[in-house]
Amino acid sequence: MPRVLLIEDDPSVREGVELGLRRRGHEVRTAATGEAGLAALGEFRPDLLLLDLMLPGMNGVQVCHRVRESSQLPIIMLTARGDDFDVVIGLEAGADDYIVKPARTEVIEARIRAVLRRIEEPGAGRPGVEFHGQLAVDRAGLTVAKAGERLALAPSELKLLLHLTAAPEQVFSRQQLLEHVWEHSYHGDARLVDACVRRLRNKIEDTPGEPRYIQTLRGFGYRFGPL
Amino acid sequence: MKTRVKTRVKAGVKSRAKSRVESPAVSPGQEAGHRPAADPGPEPEPAPRRRRRARGPRPRPFGLRTRLVLAFLLVAAVGCGTTAALTYRAARNAILEQTQNTAVSAFREQVQGLNTALPPSAESLRDQVLRIARQGKPRTWRVYAEYGSVRISSTDRPTSSVITPELRARAQENAESPHGSFQRVVKNGTPYLTMAVPALFHALSADDTARPTGLVFYAVMELDEEEANVEAMVAAARDGALPALAVALIPALIASRGVLRPVRELGIAAHNMGRGRLDTRIQAKGSDELSDLARTFNESAAELERSVAELRRAEARARRFASDVSHELRTPLAGMLAVTEVLDEDADSGTLDSDTARAVRLISAETGRLAVLVEDLMEISRFDARAAELHTDEVDAADCVRKTLQNRHWTDPASVVLYLAPGIRARLDPRRFDVVVANLVGNALRHGGAPVTVRVHAEGDHFVTEVADRGPGIHPDVLPHVFDRFYKADQARTRSAGSGLGLAITLENVRLHGGTVEAANHPDGGAVFTVRMPL
Repeated sequence: MPRVLLIEDDPSVREGVELGLRRRGHEVRTAATGEAGLAALGEFRPDLLLLDLMLPGMNGVQVCHRVRESSQLPIIMLTARGDDFDVVIGLEAGADDYIVKPARTEVIEARIRAVLRRIEEPGAGRPGVEFHGQLAVDRAGLTVAKAGERLALAPSELKLLLHLTAAPEQVFSRQQLLEHVWEHSYHGDARLVDACVRRLRNKIEDTPGEPRYIQTLRGFGYRFGPL
Repeated sequence: MKTRVKTRVKAGVKSRAKSRVESPAVSPGQEAGHRPAADPGPEPEPAPRRRRRARGPRPRPFGLRTRLVLAFLLVAAVGCGTTAALTYRAARNAILEQTQNTAVSAFREQVQGLNTALPPSAESLRDQVLRIARQGKPRTWRVYAEYGSVRISSTDRPTSSVITPELRARAQENAESPHGSFQRVVKNGTPYLTMAVPALFHALSADDTARPTGLVFYAVMELDEEEANVEAMVAAARDGALPALAVALIPALIASRGVLRPVRELGIAAHNMGRGRLDTRIQAKGSDELSDLARTFNESAAELERSVAELRRAEARARRFASDVSHELRTPLAGMLAVTEVLDEDADSGTLDSDTARAVRLISAETGRLAVLVEDLMEISRFDARAAELHTDEVDAADCVRKTLQNRHWTDPASVVLYLAPGIRARLDPRRFDVVVANLVGNALRHGGAPVTVRVHAEGDHFVTEVADRGPGIHPDVLPHVFDRFYKADQARTRSAGSGLGLAITLENVRLHGGTVEAANHPDGGAVFTVRMPL
């Protein structure tokens, strides 16, 4: 069962979520502040970080940035609907998904599983390394290299790239990507896709302003190539 | 009417008497000929329409300015006209009368100074006539003598057509009077003075009565020079009236400006107030009625601004309160909702006392409902605070509806029937549209009757989503309130399955897309909700 680190300042939410997840078999460590959470990372070595955005002192977005500096740990933000600004900033900072509070434990667990699944289950079972331009995509090893240099991709970025490269030049609507990559509903928040595409472009494109690999088809969605 | 003028009573005859002489003989044509000066003057020019300044909504042909200017011009015209007419009349009378009196007395003197042998011979009469004709005063005249059938004249024609039978009759009648008669006649546009003086002979008796001789002298004098003088006066009066009217325009425009500027300012201010700029004020100076009006306007505006500001503050307080309450409720709810599963599990495990298990289930279920209610309240507060955001995406409308129903497991063809037109691409916020469809279909399944029919089709530049059920329909009294918040169709039913905000949120979501939603009853029974949203 995955090990989850929960950073949440409100005691009742902290305790409730911890109780619910532990009951479902997760190993949970909690922290009340961002600083304490970062400190617990090295020692606890979680599989996933559940991160409240509104934290006293160091806020969730700052924590997110700090984590991404050194690791591609899956991160799910906890947020309240209406705090739209924070959601976008959190996604830009590298979070893989978000959950709107209040949420039932089953919803939280489903998201955790979805985020972790993309790493446990590689694409359509096509072993070997694919080359797309300067990109080398290793579906078995779950690594991506550009010009021989390995790229550090967050779980959502990696899964999005794997999904798009599995069918080059095929257009996927944002709703399709939400369903397949994030396991959200069709009506989910398409900003997840946009933010992830932006982050991915920054890492793989030569000039992110004129993308070659991940192209936008206005009104329809995204596709990989043609190169 | 016949009149004699007693010229013995000296010249300077009362104008009234003279006008009486004149009037019967004056032909209608003549009257008309003299009318011009008595006219109200030249037609008042329509007030020049000044170019309206920037914001003028449209030129008004009979606006306040036009009416003011017209009134000024009318007053000026009537003033000028009356003065001109009176002056003209007095001067004309004076001129004509003077000429007339001079001529009549001169003619009478000439006739009386004659020494005529009776019966007169044609030759002597001609001599006399020619002599009198030379003595014309104040201007030349033509002289005619009539004795029985004898006609002698100073011209080449024996008599004049200007001498009317009326004058002849009068001359016959007053044959014994030495004063004679006269008449003014217009012929072919030329005014004439015609005079008739009978030649009398004085018997050398004691009573010194004069006897008529039957010889009558006529004189015809053209009055065109006098008429020209009168015409000149008319022209002068008219030429004076035109500049006077032009000058009257200036005070008219100044006055209308003085009235219209405050009126226009008031209009602009009222317009601004209507657009919500309640801090609009007018500069009120002076002490006339218009500045009083401006002050009243300012006071009312200040009062209105105060009460609107107070209302807005109260409304904002109420909204913030609702939003704050939901926020405060949300945090404890987040903790509670996360553990409902733990409660459910234990309640179902049979390890708890049965009352405890029931209590635990109740708490778990109500926590879930409370969470929905708080979420809906927060959503409504966001709409109220206009903080609701639209994250649009171009999607297939039919796909969108199908996914909504799939996510909620409303896929039994016996309960939900779909007629979804394919290929409708619409720009909408998928999450909000999902809420709209889910609320309407959920509502139909709960309150209406199966099967619920969902139709999607395009209609011009809109697409229509229609949700119909086969239930009892909505009571007509309830119909206008179905989108109200917490509206209870049935007061006996204390709580519905939903939060009571579902349809209100539906309405707000549709509006946010620039669309409309209507509730109605289908003629064949059942309620129909129709959503129209732009493509």
